[in-house]
Amino acid sequence: MAMNTVGRPTTPVAHDAAAPATFSGAKGLLQPTSLIFETGAIDRTGVDLPPVKGIKPRLGGLARTSSTGNPGLSEPEAVRHYVRLSQRNYAIDLGMFPLGSCTMKHNARLNEKMARLPGFADVHPLQPISTVQGALRVMDELSHWLMTLTGMQAVALSPKAGAHGELCGMLAIRAALDARGQAHRRRVLVPESAHGTNPATAVQCGFVVDEIKAAPDGRVDLSDLKTKLGDDVAGIMLTNPNTCGLFERDIRIIADLIHEAGGYFYCDGANFNAIAGAVRPGDLGVDAMHINLHKTFSTPHGGGGPGSGPTVLSAALAPFAPVPYVVKRADGSLDLIEHEADSDGEPFGRMVAFHGQMGMYTRALTYMLSHGADGIRQASEDAVLNANYVQACLKAHMSPAFEGVCMHEALFDDSWLDGTGVTTLDFAKAMIDEGYHPMTMYFPLVVHGAMLIEPTESESKASLDAFIATMTSLAQAAKSGDTARFTGAPHHAPVKRLDETRAARKPVLKWTPPAEISQIAAE
Amino acid sequence: MTTKYTKDHEWVAVEGNVATCGITAYAAEQLGDVVFVELPNVGRIVSQGDEVAVVESVKAASDVYAPVSGEVVDTNEALADAPEGVNEGAETNGWFIKLKLTDPAELDALMDRAAYDSYLAGL
Repeated sequence: MAMNTVGRPTTPVAHDAAAPATFSGAKGLLQPTSLIFETGAIDRTGVDLPPVKGIKPRLGGLARTSSTGNPGLSEPEAVRHYVRLSQRNYAIDLGMFPLGSCTMKHNARLNEKMARLPGFADVHPLQPISTVQGALRVMDELSHWLMTLTGMQAVALSPKAGAHGELCGMLAIRAALDARGQAHRRRVLVPESAHGTNPATAVQCGFVVDEIKAAPDGRVDLSDLKTKLGDDVAGIMLTNPNTCGLFERDIRIIADLIHEAGGYFYCDGANFNAIAGAVRPGDLGVDAMHINLHKTFSTPHGGGGPGSGPTVLSAALAPFAPVPYVVKRADGSLDLIEHEADSDGEPFGRMVAFHGQMGMYTRALTYMLSHGADGIRQASEDAVLNANYVQACLKAHMSPAFEGVCMHEALFDDSWLDGTGVTTLDFAKAMIDEGYHPMTMYFPLVVHGAMLIEPTESESKASLDAFIATMTSLAQAAKSGDTARFTGAPHHAPVKRLDETRAARKPVLKWTPPAEISQIAAE
Repeated sequence: MTTKYTKDHEWVAVEGNVATCGITAYAAEQLGDVVFVELPNVGRIVSQGDEVAVVESVKAASDVYAPVSGEVVDTNEALADAPEGVNEGAETNGWFIKLKLTDPAELDALMDRAAYDSYLAGL
């Protein structure tokens, strides 16, 4: 037998338990990163261009003499910097992202392909209207879909995020009240389980907030609501399904009560993914609702792209919709109403400089057209089914916050961790070690140590089963006294447990050049 | 000097007609590490139950209510740079405000230490 004694050894090598520190700071093929200002050199340039001839500076004494302080990197340095950062990030493209209330669903690649078509991607907001008819058609069709899915009369496409959409809706309510000569109505009712942005938006619009209690079943306490009604009430801000993942069964009664009291009904549309295609908020008595295109309609978010929060309005609020909006001319062409004076209604103003997030409009419309109305309904039903599957499978190991079926997210409290020495925070950090982005924690505030899990319809049964098995294993480890696995977590992440207290007490909000630091130290 | 407590976990220690107010050690422990305290301006007139300060911890932001009515005559400015003072001595150096009392009778309805302790035991 011929023995090859010089080849590469094929026997497994025993690994030491503790990995030695590396000279370079890298961990295997995961590269260390420094700040971009500390890479390359300040004010150097990575691109060589010939000096421009024939330029006469006319700035005189105004010409800059000091450094701009811009980082100077070559192209490979710049590319590596951002790719290294991206390797430290977690994304829906890497794995399950069960962050409750955020609807981290798959961002379909077809959406990206459509948004990159030059006719959409390369238009400028100041181009002549006749040259952007296709883009206007996208906006018009998207508006049609949003109004049809919600059963509402008008839509303001331009708000650029959920909270911006809330601002739009509440400004419309304020404008409507002012137009009726009821500027004294300044009290807005907000349930205590609401998203924090709801009361913040109300205050930003000049309203005062009055909190409504939650009933023991996690829904709005109707009797508390009734005592808070009055002729100074501007409206109510409610999320349905609410942040406990529960459908507000009394929503029609709530809508009637608020309308009888002379107020308007703002619905936070953050959780629309549970009901899109199945329930039209307009039928429930809603007057205004924002729709997170970056949640329900699959446009990227969470570090992956800008948000977009179109706001639909009822017949009562439609006249006050902000500019700009798309109109159809007699010859069939599309146009934009850009100025309040050109409007047939009474727009309260405008929300953005131009027209909003065109790239998100294209992606969301692609999602709608590729799913169809029946597909959107099925996506919602699957999202609810997936959340209930997770809840049902984890019920034996963790404690659901409320009895019964949930909507598109499963909510647990931390009573099952009592006596283990493990907190919700520790448990979430241990999930990172297991390769999962943690669920939303400590929200909603009405549930102690809340863990809010939203799997979305994107996950297959196999993916859900793997998640459930991991969660079950972690839960059993916590209960069996393996506390160090949790309190020291994450053990395997690029960055270990951060000192959140120190970060909040002594925040460092500005980068200081190393030279300045040494100068300050010397003084 | 008498010290009284509210159901919202504020304490008030009265000396003459000036009341020093803060949040109780129980409240500080429940909040966790305090990272920011917003205090009112001196001279503000408050009624019992008014929101008079905000305390923010790593967990949540909470309103602090005036345990009694009065005029704000002093605030604990040290908490601006060192909010951890609330955790270190909630009922001593971590005081929030001093109020010049307008209605000392309001104190009668508040709990003494023994009553507050039994109130806590029932939570």
